[in-house]
Amino acid sequence: MSAVPASARSLGLAGCEVCGLVSRLPPGKSAAHCPRCGERLHFRRRASVESCWALVIAALILYIPANLLPVLTTYTPLGVETDTILQGVVELWSPSSWPLAIIVFVASITIPLGKLIALAYLLITVQRGSIQSTVQRARLYRMVKFIGRWSMLDVFVDTFVVALVQLKPLMWVAAGPGVIFFAGVVVVTMIAVNCFDPRLIWDLPEKENDVRQRSPA
Amino acid sequence: MSADFARPVARSGLNKRPVFDPALVACPDCDLLQRLPEVPAGSTACCARCQARLWRHKTDSLNRTLALAVAAALLLVIANSVPMLGLSVAGRAASTTVLGGVLAMWDDGRQTVAMLVLFTAVIAPALEIACLLAVSLAVRRPPAPQWAGTLLRGYEVLREWSMIEIMLLGVLVALIKIAELATVIPGLAMFVLGTLVFLLAAMAATFDPRDAWARVAWAAGESLRQAPGLARAAEDKR
Ligand SMILES: [Zn+2]
Ligand SMILES: [Zn+2]
Repeated sequence: MSAVPASARSLGLAGCEVCGLVSRLPPGKSAAHCPRCGERLHFRRRASVESCWALVIAALILYIPANLLPVLTTYTPLGVETDTILQGVVELWSPSSWPLAIIVFVASITIPLGKLIALAYLLITVQRGSIQSTVQRARLYRMVKFIGRWSMLDVFVDTFVVALVQLKPLMWVAAGPGVIFFAGVVVVTMIAVNCFDPRLIWDLPEKENDVRQRSPA
Repeated sequence: MSADFARPVARSGLNKRPVFDPALVACPDCDLLQRLPEVPAGSTACCARCQARLWRHKTDSLNRTLALAVAAALLLVIANSVPMLGLSVAGRAASTTVLGGVLAMWDDGRQTVAMLVLFTAVIAPALEIACLLAVSLAVRRPPAPQWAGTLLRGYEVLREWSMIEIMLLGVLVALIKIAELATVIPGLAMFVLGTLVFLLAAMAATFDPRDAWARVAWAAGESLRQAPGLARAAEDKR
């Protein structure tokens, strides 16, 4: 192996995304099967940027009704009350439970939106062929992948509030339509993150380096 | 899928036959080709370029994973069979389990959400545990059958969708929310789930997928692979 860092692809090799085995793809082909696990091997995930964009836009559209429609409807002798996600956070805010209110706010509002902004930023920089701050972008991708699941929190909160408060006809809680859209946002963004191929972040800086090294000083 | 298998990378130029090189990795995050250093057990090898974790070398991974998986399976069964939350208001009482939550959402006309909760809170954790249980038993005598590979691959997907820890936090928030309306009694399942969260984290941290994959039979047939030890011995003789 040469001392200059090289990507597996530039040497005609591909690392299996399932089992990690590095193998040589047949010359002229961009896909084959991993000899160890049988998974389809390719240099980069197919149509990564396009499908990730499509899912980001879909999630952005779902994000609007998820936040505008009520997620919980409470029926009490005093009347009927509907809550959106944000109203739920406000209601949770009290001298004793404000830390939980912050957690719910971060998980339900900051994380989904932050995830979409981060993915859009990664996609745009990859498409424009940015060669800057690659390490930071790689770290951002890993963070988005790690934290993204936590936005499921509100779905669980609503589920168990509905499950427990079923004392008809005295008092009961029903799930609002917002829950469906919100669950949609969570699932779609999780799939979007998996569609993005982080190796794309490094492809262009690498080419740039090659050119610099080959051109006479 | 039998025809176009990729070729394993040759260990050295001298050896003409393709020999699986276990130390060669392409970073999954940046595709940098590198050779894994000899990491002592308990340490981590990171990518030289993007710092992605390439390999966490575990001590006694198989036995510890098996023990943790058995314990986790037991706790998961208990957690799903005892009440998780109880409530009492104006002389009336109610309680619910994890599955009770799923059913309530289903009855409420939110079937999609009910299935998502069922999958992330019950099915995915159960399958995640079952996968590791089966794998840590199957790969004891390499080469393990191909289905061990299938399970390993399923495990990686399930891990992301298994959300017990998030559900537990969700239950906690629900508990505080309801406390305004009625008296809430945390049930046994909450404490079992709390323990399970730690067990699952420990299980994932103890398991070494690289080690497990190295013990699985190859899809392209064993002829393509030579045990690294054998390959080295053959080279030495020459
Ligand atoms: Zn593979
Ligand atoms: Zn890397």
